Amino acid sequence: MTDVHDTTDRTAPVADGEDVPEEVAPEATEPAAQRRELHEIWVSGTEERMPFSTSTDEGAQEMLPRDEDSALSIQEGIVVDDDYDTMPDVVEEERQIINMGPQHPSTHGVLRLQMELEGETIRRVKPIIGYLHTGMEKTAEVLNYAQGSTNVTRMDYLAPFHNELVFSLAVEQLLGIDVPDRASAIRVLMTELNRVSSHLLWAATMGMDIGALSMMIYGWREREVCLDFFEKTTGLRMNHNYIRPGGVAADLPDGWEADVTELVQVVGEGVDEYEELLNENPIFLDRTMGVGVITPDECKQYGVTGPIARASGLNWDLRKQAPYCGIDQYEFEVPTGLHGDVHDRYTVRIAEIRQSLRIVEQVRDAMPRGDYRTPDAKVTPPPRKRIDESMEALIHHFKLFTEGIVVPPGTAYQSVEGPRGELGCYLVSKGGARPWRMHWRAPSFAAVQALPAMMTDSLVADVVATLASADPVLGDVDR
Amino acid sequence: MSEPTDVTEAADEPRESSEPAMDRALPESDALAPVVAAFDDVTFGVRSYASSDATYVALDVPVSDWVAFAAAAKEAGFDLFIDIAAVDHFRDGPRFEVALNLVSMSTNERIIASTRVPYDDPVVPSLTGVFAGANFYEREAFDLLGIEFPGHPDLTRILLPDDWEGHPLRKDFDIGAVPVEFKAGSSNL
Repeated sequence: MTDVHDTTDRTAPVADGEDVPEEVAPEATEPAAQRRELHEIWVSGTEERMPFSTSTDEGAQEMLPRDEDSALSIQEGIVVDDDYDTMPDVVEEERQIINMGPQHPSTHGVLRLQMELEGETIRRVKPIIGYLHTGMEKTAEVLNYAQGSTNVTRMDYLAPFHNELVFSLAVEQLLGIDVPDRASAIRVLMTELNRVSSHLLWAATMGMDIGALSMMIYGWREREVCLDFFEKTTGLRMNHNYIRPGGVAADLPDGWEADVTELVQVVGEGVDEYEELLNENPIFLDRTMGVGVITPDECKQYGVTGPIARASGLNWDLRKQAPYCGIDQYEFEVPTGLHGDVHDRYTVRIAEIRQSLRIVEQVRDAMPRGDYRTPDAKVTPPPRKRIDESMEALIHHFKLFTEGIVVPPGTAYQSVEGPRGELGCYLVSKGGARPWRMHWRAPSFAAVQALPAMMTDSLVADVVATLASADPVLGDVDR
Repeated sequence: MSEPTDVTEAADEPRESSEPAMDRALPESDALAPVVAAFDDVTFGVRSYASSDATYVALDVPVSDWVAFAAAAKEAGFDLFIDIAAVDHFRDGPRFEVALNLVSMSTNERIIASTRVPYDDPVVPSLTGVFAGANFYEREAFDLLGIEFPGHPDLTRILLPDDWEGHPLRKDFDIGAVPVEFKAGSSNL
């Protein structure tokens, strides 16, 4: 404490031993070191010359000697960091690896993108997935066929009806049964409404991702109308377990026609509003046009289907090419794009919402009467009343609820057009009440795989827009 | 009291496959004709319960012809890659099945070709040279079933953590004893 800067105060009076300085002398006459101990605050002109001395609060602010702090030296250009010599493949520009996710808000789940950047330009992308893997394909081997749709509905949680539908169709294909017309029509109604709700959520999150924040509110608002109808019909807003092998779980609720009519009107007006909001918006156009392009050939290579492939110009829709549930009897068009960029995916999805609403209206007008489940007693449990009257009904009821639906051996592949592309179920049965193997052909899995094709050599700022336009659902990717 | 029969020994022998035979012959298909002509060993047909006559099945493609078959199918117009599914048949024929699903967009036909490999040699050549999209699907089959794909550029685990032991979709994977997952970060990322 001798070598202090302010030597002029050293002559100041020092308090006696017993006379504790209650009456502190004026500050100007206090010795510098003592003053600091008393107040513990920084006072100008009291710095000590010696670095790293007794107190740390000021030592931390001091500049370190230059020759000892290598990081600072490199930053100031005194020492040259010759990392380049050890990385011969990087010639001129420095490349760096950036991880986006798995907790990035705009990855819509737990997707991680490892990107190699050269300045602002992305040179390589590696999607890393598996953070949401819960082994649902293994779980499916443990559950019986009646329980299976409970499992699969949780995979692509934004398109639960499509998951249930493709599983039910695959089981029915192995069973060799047909479902009544009313069940098929209800399935078409629900899956098309599900496509609408999924695309609405996509429009909302896509808008949020590229800065159109009000889109977020509007999209969720219209989606809520769809979910209300789902809740009224199935009892649940998501993960419905409504479409089951043999038909659907329950008939449509009373007054469903009026609900559907209102829904079609509300959502239609909402979509008009979105287009008013976005179509002429220069920021939206600048951020979407020519961004994240994928060519038709790349789509075929990577197995990309659905709106992404259609935006690239591939006229391919399983509702037209391999119709299921009698969807070919309704009139609708398959919208396609030209450029395969983010903007075309937007226009294709918005057009698909309108086409789906068109199908929904036709289903409403042409809903056949009849049963909503197959009359096959090996698949559909008998009504409660019959169990008291009929021995056969009692046996069937008992067998169905102890053993389950027994499916003959065989292999089936069934696919439907989900909101994200071809959703397929490869189902292997060895007989018995549980699937031997259930492989899920998830459209998002292929879309995530194709992300490098869309993102390579684009700018970092476009990653979010491209990712949003690919619309991957990580529950579907990881399963 | 009768002696309990020892079923394990007999069951170790691979049995004949319980897959039902295809009872419909392949319909006339111009698109598939060159593929049918080129591969004699392969059984072509349509399964009786298939939803449409335009979904063909090609069974028992020899492993040595696997890449050539995919390339020939692609050449014949089946150029939309859809899926690779892997199945563990356990004691029902050769153990592992790898099924390739391709679509011809011009003729709206689909072919599901499958090959079978035994337990002690679960090796199927990689299709990444023919279809870039086979990459993730083969990684998935490697991860969950332990089938190896020589020629794959990056054959690592895709869904499970890198330090996971075993392949869960194998039928002999013990589902009662799963270690604590995601305990530590992986070392080589």
